[in-house]
Amino acid sequence: MKIRSAVLAASIAALAASASADVKVGMITTLSGGGAGLGIDVRDGFLLAVKQAERDDLEVFVGDDQRKPDVAVQLADKMIQSEKVDVLTGIIWSNLAMAVVPSATAQDKFYLSPNAGPSALAGKGCHPNYFNVAWQNDNLHEAAGAYANDAGFANSFIIAPNYPAGKDALTGYKRFFEGELAGELYTKLGQTDYAAEIAQIRASGADSVFFFLPGGMGISFLKQYAASGIDLPVVGPAFSFDQGILQAVGDAALGVKNTSQWNKDINNAANISFVKDFETEYGRLPSLYASQGFDTANLLISAMETADTTDPDAFRAALKAANFDSVRGSFKFGDNHHPIQDIYVREVIKEGDVYTNKIIATGLTNHADAYAGDCKM
Amino acid sequence: MVGGSYLPPTGTVFHMTFTLFAEQLLNGLQFGVMLFLMSAGLTLVFGVMGLINLAHGSLYMVGAFAAAAVAAATGSFVLALMASLAAAAAAGAIIELTIIRRLYNRDHLDQVLATFALILIFSEGTRWIFGSFPLFLDVPQALSGPITLPGGIEYPLYRLAIIGIGLGVATGLFAMINRTSVGIRIRAGEADREMIAALGVDIAKLYTFVFALGAALAGFAGALVGAIQSVQVGMGEPVLILAFVVIVIGGIGSIKGALVGALLVGMTDTLGRFLLPQMLGWILEPSSAISIGSAVSSMSIYILMAGVLIYRPQGLYGSG
Repeated sequence: MKIRSAVLAASIAALAASASADVKVGMITTLSGGGAGLGIDVRDGFLLAVKQAERDDLEVFVGDDQRKPDVAVQLADKMIQSEKVDVLTGIIWSNLAMAVVPSATAQDKFYLSPNAGPSALAGKGCHPNYFNVAWQNDNLHEAAGAYANDAGFANSFIIAPNYPAGKDALTGYKRFFEGELAGELYTKLGQTDYAAEIAQIRASGADSVFFFLPGGMGISFLKQYAASGIDLPVVGPAFSFDQGILQAVGDAALGVKNTSQWNKDINNAANISFVKDFETEYGRLPSLYASQGFDTANLLISAMETADTTDPDAFRAALKAANFDSVRGSFKFGDNHHPIQDIYVREVIKEGDVYTNKIIATGLTNHADAYAGDCKM
Repeated sequence: MVGGSYLPPTGTVFHMTFTLFAEQLLNGLQFGVMLFLMSAGLTLVFGVMGLINLAHGSLYMVGAFAAAAVAAATGSFVLALMASLAAAAAAGAIIELTIIRRLYNRDHLDQVLATFALILIFSEGTRWIFGSFPLFLDVPQALSGPITLPGGIEYPLYRLAIIGIGLGVATGLFAMINRTSVGIRIRAGEADREMIAALGVDIAKLYTFVFALGAALAGFAGALVGAIQSVQVGMGEPVLILAFVVIVIGGIGSIKGALVGALLVGMTDTLGRFLLPQMLGWILEPSSAISIGSAVSSMSIYILMAGVLIYRPQGLYGSG
């Protein structure tokens, strides 16, 4: 009942609800519960691009997966069977993506991922109809490892939650980091108190700390780390430093280096107008999740310019060409339909009263993921 | 590539491990004290009214959000703490008067269903008012940063303050239950509800008071902890699960049991996270010791609970 009403309400609000709609998009994303900020940003970025395109042959259905795999699967079934969508998108979390994407692509639907990039879908499990517009999960962590080398770190303490994306994170960091490890810890997913871990960092003799603790976990860790009086440099992926989170962390995040494929100060025309239009439309600065939603919609629209979903091969080729102005600047797909892109190092700064990021270096250039070689399609 | 040991180079080993261990004991104590604030209300409500309240975590969230809002508006942490007490107590009293009191004579399944619905209402209501993004609430300037304790232990001052405040609240609660007339009524209510009603005590008022008191303690815990964690929708549910573990270990309805249970759970969880991966490192290769150790340590409090229940099914201080 709840799911049905969520979909109905969203489809009433869908932008171009016309009877002659040619392409139907089902967006399954997290709009309630702890991780809702991420899904809301992806949705808002996506819908901004749809609105700007002013097409009446594109219809978007939005559903809330509540960050639960079973709900996501039900939504996908409903969107495929009842709404007859051609394209699915929107999922934030890797475990939800693993539950939805393989069955959707097996039913000849296209899936455009605006966030989750589990390694299983980049290597052996890749599929011609699956395109990841954000990154493969390991990528930002690999850039953090590369940055740690450049910064002269020789002895890192590394920490991540004990679940598949957490293991991908530490694997990604270790793949590029050339120094020693002073310690390696997995924490409970959703843990909010890090006193025990911070005490071990203090005693470990490390010269730097790498952490991947997305969302609220990162807020807790950074505040407690700042209060502990340890002044070792911290590096991490952008997920604990996005625009939605930084205001809750405050001064504790200032100066921290983090890696991202996007930032609001990337200087190209598409990005400048995206940041301005997003702020006008929603009254807040966009996050990297919003930029990913925006790029995903523009990729889809660019494919609609040249091909029709009734001809899947042509539509797939049009998607693969990635002929759109990405807010990241250069963007192209590798053979496994994952991005080949630059990943930047950002620093947390304060602009007036607002905490935000500034690009200070390029971590990795034209970076592809480590699993592309396993993908046969 | 994988560093196996968390110990620093030899020479400083003993001193460093002593301070590290002492710091972890303090961490366990602080975690336990916070859990006590959360579980005291839960156990009182169950003991006196026989009600399972799943929405207790929502009251924790209400306290944290009220504190964050008041701190943002006034800049005062003391006012923020007072706001958390007031807001959570008010929310508790309102839901007791409108919803909870219809549930006392229903069976536990109805109570679970209704209070679960309250969780959803509180979560989405909070999102409606405050938005989906986490709020900012920081430690007050006077309590920020670490201090050096005897023995060379560096410890965050704010966490020490939480230990002090929590123990103070526990003392006050014990004094109230054991020394005041309200406390006598609460204890009588636990022992025999019908009888104290027959003796002319206004049982409805007593229930509202106990529920609001439990809510205020939960909200206070939410505000104290919110300053070092993240104030966000859904923050109460993980703590709620731990609070249930605490009251099952301590014995449902017993405040003393809640205190002992909270300290046991706090210590077990903290020391388990710290020691288990290291101890497994003696018998396993480092990378598997880390992942197995962290998996086992996240189960440690449930293993503790199972162990206690085998020997004392009614909990450590439970009656019956």
